[in-house]
Amino acid sequence: MSLSVSVKHSLGSFMLEAAFESTGRLTAIFGASGSGKTSLVNVIAGLVTPQKGRVAVDGKVLLDTGAGLYIPASKRRIGYVFQDARLFPHLTVEGNLSYGEWFTPKGQRYASRQQILSLLGIGHLLARRPRDLSGGEKQRVAIGRALLASPQLLLMDEPLAALDQARKAEIIPYLERLRDEIRIPIVYVSHSVAEVMRLADDIAVLEHGRLAAFGPVAEIAQRLDLVPPEDRDEGGAVIVMAVIAYDESSDLTRLTATAGDILVPGHIGPPGMKTRVRIRARDVMLACEEPRKISALNILQGTVVDLVPADSSAVNVKLDCAGAIIMARITRHSANVLDLKTGSRAYAVVKSVSVSGPFPR
Amino acid sequence: MEWYSLTPEEWSAVHLSLKVAVVAMLASLPAGIAVAWALARRNFWGKSLLNALVHLPLVLPPVVTGYLLLLSFGKKGFIGSYLAEIGIVFSFRWTGAALACAIMGFPLMVRAIRLSIEAVDTRLEAAAETLGANAAWVFLTVTLPLTLPGIIAGMILSFAKAMGEFGATITFVSNIPGETQTLPSAIYTYTQIPGGDAGALKLTAISIVISLGALVVSEYLARRAGQRLSS
Repeated sequence: MSLSVSVKHSLGSFMLEAAFESTGRLTAIFGASGSGKTSLVNVIAGLVTPQKGRVAVDGKVLLDTGAGLYIPASKRRIGYVFQDARLFPHLTVEGNLSYGEWFTPKGQRYASRQQILSLLGIGHLLARRPRDLSGGEKQRVAIGRALLASPQLLLMDEPLAALDQARKAEIIPYLERLRDEIRIPIVYVSHSVAEVMRLADDIAVLEHGRLAAFGPVAEIAQRLDLVPPEDRDEGGAVIVMAVIAYDESSDLTRLTATAGDILVPGHIGPPGMKTRVRIRARDVMLACEEPRKISALNILQGTVVDLVPADSSAVNVKLDCAGAIIMARITRHSANVLDLKTGSRAYAVVKSVSVSGPFPR
Repeated sequence: MEWYSLTPEEWSAVHLSLKVAVVAMLASLPAGIAVAWALARRNFWGKSLLNALVHLPLVLPPVVTGYLLLLSFGKKGFIGSYLAEIGIVFSFRWTGAALACAIMGFPLMVRAIRLSIEAVDTRLEAAAETLGANAAWVFLTVTLPLTLPGIIAGMILSFAKAMGEFGATITFVSNIPGETQTLPSAIYTYTQIPGGDAGALKLTAISIVISLGALVVSEYLARRAGQRLSS
């Protein structure tokens, strides 16, 4: 699975200029509103033709302005889930789902209707009209419609932005299953740090139409400077951990990684299951000696590899815990008192973590 | 002659009027949709000219439109003479009345459909495109169904205009009972002869009933289509 994009396009005074190559299952395009995210996916979809650009999916070139190659949107076989669902109001859910299927040549259909209906939990909605669906249901039907066209790539433009917190929580597990179970790459546009950190394999960060950074999620997560100021509290490390066991009496699941073990509330999944753990920098305290008699459950030992001033009072500390990077945001005052510098040994006291899952069954 | 019974001539006027109006409405529909779509969605050279041309029958005196039709579609007209060679004759035939009615109703039909097409969300069309539909399929499966209320309104307006058309028709195809004498022409004839008041009144009543009926049907259809489409 690979996606290669390079675009140069000016819209009035706005200039979109970005190029990246991703092999991840889910590539997130992250940026504030107005940073050019939607324009970029519209170029990939073929809804916007850039002045200069090249787009290739799995080696198949869809657009190459240099070579004068332009495949129209209807022939690109790229699924597109819009922020506003865009279900056809004159068709039922069933009609909407069949729409893309119908236009796909028989030999190129790989999507199984049964699998998609159950993956998205929309089997019971078939006879309804789009106006009778809730926001979350509309979005799930829109995802199903895009998938049933058997696309080579799935674009999702802020599919959760129009939904409230409860609906978001309802859909995110479906997106995770989608990422893990369908065999096509996904490009996911979002301005939410939490969504991107939870879902993405690779992240492209757009700032004012330019690519500010591109890389795997764990790497981008450490770049707290890329997090917009209003979401500063959301920045932090992302590490992959495996489930060891769930203890019913305490309702805690033990997870492990090279950095050590941590305990998280609830039943996450069966032993051996890999899960992604996000530890926000502001939820991490640092200690120079191993803390004892402390309520926090999770203490990881590591070495300071970097200290970056964050603002006038805070500093971001990058801690290497046996290969896993943990970020901590502490006051500059504390850093001075603890005499933290590169190479110092420190204990990270993790107050809370967010874990992907539990997964819908 | 009873007040509620119609003479054969009166019946033929009613029948002819309905036939002319229905044919005018249906025959101009494809062109109406095409022109409305071009005006709503395309930018091309001569767009304002086409728009002016379509609206011309609305602002010209109907007699002028009728006379222009006679000049162009008459047996010796520059279009009519060619059509006559392949056996299509408009002048002094009911088909000519239908042509006159179609042209008089055309601006109304195009206007209603155009407004409706302009109201269709182009984002839905883009969505259809990403699902594999080319331009023609997008139009047939998304734009057209969503335009249905406007198409119904346009058809009814064209029909109603045809039922009432008088000036262009009588100028182009005259007032021949059984061939080109539609309801308005028949009413006009009655008013020109002594004692024709009763007949004129009867036909007037029929005219009102048909027009009101068309209005009611269109309201009903438009509401149903609107309900189906509301999102």
